[in-house]
Amino acid sequence: MTRSGIVQFVSFFVYVLVQAMLLKNLVLFNTGFCFLYIAYLLLLPIETNVLVLMLLGFVMGFSIDIFYNSLGLHALTLVFIGYLRNYWLGAITPQGGYDAGAIPGMKALGLQWFLVYMMPLVFLHHLVLFLVEAANFDLFWYSMLKTITSMLFTMTIIVTLQYLVPQRSRI
Amino acid sequence: MERLLNFVYTYRAFFTLLLLELLCSWLIIQNNQFQSTKYFNSSNRLFARIHSTSQNIRDYFSLAEVNYTLAQENAFLRKRLEQRNELLKAMPATAIKDSARIRQFDFVSAKVVNNTTKYYKNFITIDRGEDAGLQPGMAVISSGYAVGKVKTVSKHFSVLISLLNLDEQVSCIIKRTGHFGTAQWDGTDPTFINLKYIPRHVMPAVGDSVVTSGYNAVFPAGTYVGKIKEFKLKEETLFYDIKVELAQDFGKLAFVEVIKSNLKKEKDSLEHITTGELK
Repeated sequence: MTRSGIVQFVSFFVYVLVQAMLLKNLVLFNTGFCFLYIAYLLLLPIETNVLVLMLLGFVMGFSIDIFYNSLGLHALTLVFIGYLRNYWLGAITPQGGYDAGAIPGMKALGLQWFLVYMMPLVFLHHLVLFLVEAANFDLFWYSMLKTITSMLFTMTIIVTLQYLVPQRSRI
Repeated sequence: MERLLNFVYTYRAFFTLLLLELLCSWLIIQNNQFQSTKYFNSSNRLFARIHSTSQNIRDYFSLAEVNYTLAQENAFLRKRLEQRNELLKAMPATAIKDSARIRQFDFVSAKVVNNTTKYYKNFITIDRGEDAGLQPGMAVISSGYAVGKVKTVSKHFSVLISLLNLDEQVSCIIKRTGHFGTAQWDGTDPTFINLKYIPRHVMPAVGDSVVTSGYNAVFPAGTYVGKIKEFKLKEETLFYDIKVELAQDFGKLAFVEVIKSNLKKEKDSLEHITTGELK
């Protein structure tokens, strides 16, 4: 296994444990949740195959689900995001394209691009998550409120971590 | 055939997506069905251990408060016991003969190792399981207030379905009027629960106590749920919209008692014979 492979492997467990032990208990204003684990999937190298993304999304979602007692819920949403990610990356390719082996992080591509890349996917992830969890359209607007506050919360944490943790711009 | 295979191969990403999403949907639907013994949830030993560890750390911060609540409850129970003893002295010793009825309910105390209140479907994990005789379907209370039902048990841990769960329904009565309805959470505020199916002719009042009815033999009759905070009666509806303020503060649960109902099987099988349908 290459060095970056080991890093990815370890960070998988770090994301799951941080989510299950810390962020699960951290809820702002009754409506703001932090689902940081989505960043693992979104920060994998740009050239990652979509099949790999979906499988990793499934495994990660499934592990999160065990802690949340919501079998299948997080797996479903994360597989969905794994499917969309590469299409979205293709749609917002900057001028001159991506460097070979680049990671879609803030260091390589800038804050503005990073927000454009992250926000819609995080929003969609949260929306699907809350709607499927409620399984009830009576709660649509409340779910929407939860989605927006949670998106702001999750994005703040993700961007802060981009500043704090030293990033490599490529593998 | 070859063209079909080519087609599937070209769109392999989409078909994998379909396959995985179907699998996940199946899991979600399976998991929604109440009372089952499953492996992949937080009663699983490894995952429960992880939760226990993190709960142990959090416990230190609430020790004082938990002690205070427990001491208060002890004092209250001691008072009740004394009163009961005094009453018994006055009663003839042969008044109650059926010991099975006296021992209808057993209590098992357990510690909460994991608890959520802010999701649509909240669950509580506790540190007692099959070892202590727990089974899916048993009622759980804390300081005399209703908490939820046991959903899944493993050897040493169990997962409870909290009252704060869209799927949980409890049969309740308004104590003053005696009318029964169903308490169900609406998924928004963890301090309130809705009481449904109270018909139009009833006259509820703000502050009325809502207690469990005991009709489903899960909760003992009269377990306190909360008091009515507000109620509305719309022109076109058959039933009141009643908001009940929960007596239990679910954010602070530390210890719970699981109630083993020894007569539940007898009651259920009698009802089954009469109505001929499975409950």
